[in-house]
Amino acid sequence: MRIKKHPILEFPVKKKIEFYFEDKKLEARDGESIAAALIANNIRIFRFSEKKQRPRGLYCAVGKCASCLMEVDGKPNIMTCITPVKQGMKVKRQKGRGDLI
Amino acid sequence: MIRKVQMAVIGGGPAGLSAAVAAASQGVTVEIFDDNFIPGGQLIKQTHKFFGAKQHLCGTRGMDIAQILLDRCTQHNVIINQQATVTGVYANTLGVLYPDKFEEVEFKSLVVATGASENMIRFVNNELPGIYGAGAIQTLMNVFGIRPAQNVLMVGSGNIGLIVSYQLKQAEVEVECIVEALPQVGGYQVHASKIQRMGIPILTNHTIIRAEGNEQEGVTGAIISEIDKDFRPVPGTEKYLSVDTICLAVGLTPLADLLEQCGCKMTTISELGGRVAVHNHYMQTSRPDVFLAGDVSGIEEAVTATLEGQLAGLAAAKYMNIGNPLIIQNKMNEILIQLNEFRDGPFGEKATYGSQRLLKEYSYE
Repeated sequence: MRIKKHPILEFPVKKKIEFYFEDKKLEARDGESIAAALIANNIRIFRFSEKKQRPRGLYCAVGKCASCLMEVDGKPNIMTCITPVKQGMKVKRQKGRGDLI
Repeated sequence: MIRKVQMAVIGGGPAGLSAAVAAASQGVTVEIFDDNFIPGGQLIKQTHKFFGAKQHLCGTRGMDIAQILLDRCTQHNVIINQQATVTGVYANTLGVLYPDKFEEVEFKSLVVATGASENMIRFVNNELPGIYGAGAIQTLMNVFGIRPAQNVLMVGSGNIGLIVSYQLKQAEVEVECIVEALPQVGGYQVHASKIQRMGIPILTNHTIIRAEGNEQEGVTGAIISEIDKDFRPVPGTEKYLSVDTICLAVGLTPLADLLEQCGCKMTTISELGGRVAVHNHYMQTSRPDVFLAGDVSGIEEAVTATLEGQLAGLAAAKYMNIGNPLIIQNKMNEILIQLNEFRDGPFGEKATYGSQRLLKEYSYE
């Protein structure tokens, strides 16, 4: 969900772009992180842990905790909180350590 | 091929930007390496006005301070590398990882301004999606304009917990309550009163003991409990809260690992947030070419981070014999006075005590 009105902040309308989450087309705004774009689309399960396949999502949002790692354009372990979302990007939930090949 | 810079700065927040500007104003060529894709560190999410005197940019909102510092960097030809993660320090060389390449950068002097990371506390299911650090909530709301939740349990009543609760209300998110493990509110009374006037209860002697949720939605609720003076849950006082998000504002720890890797002498001082590099008044570590500034030198806030950054940048210029040493010394003396004045205020007691302990350790050398 996006904030429509705010007492002190203005969010100028930014260019809309499209990206894919688990092969589904979603809308994002130019200049935001992948994690922000997903949460704006009400998605907060980003990956499943290695040993017990427990769900994980965004935690620190500053590239320090590794909770938000996802597979982006085929590459695993991308910190989605400090990586900008791009037009046509393919984002997938990561399972365990992700596939390096 | 190894690239060479006079001064490298790790971190593009208030401390790093200030260090870069201060050094560049003395004629040093400076490059900043920042791991995020937006510069400004934590300033960009700070919508509140800063306390203190006008000369410290107080009364200005954090996000506007970021822009002022970035403009000064541009004026002084400071190069800011974004999405540039420093993965290690090897003698006089940084390893820098970008999305598409790795490079080595040799420096004559280094300012480490890496900031801090958010603390985590122990409770059942504490890694469920929907549990965020307070900084993450601020980023989502204040930087990207996203409403991160419907209703929130806030854990921690320090200033960050209080300010973020207020900002959540501004984004029309409900804050069910704030739990505080200590018998009294941690932050300033002025913030706490504002929160209570908004109708958000602050429960002291309470903590979260369990997050409820599932694989599809993440967090769906939280169980809080009263705790005794030894922080043990009191049986029978558990209460279920139906919330979709839990926000942890339980302190910060300096991100000092790169300083440790530099070979700087380290020490642990609880008032500063944990492990920190021993340094003198001018933010110089036990390694003469390595300086530090901001939260990595001890948890404080953005005003002291900018002042420490200025000190570190000037001290690094002086160390490299760049600029006029007399002018630099005068400037450093002025900044030291400002820093002490600020810490003398009602906000700096803990940091003052912490930094005094640290300086004592430095003088034993």
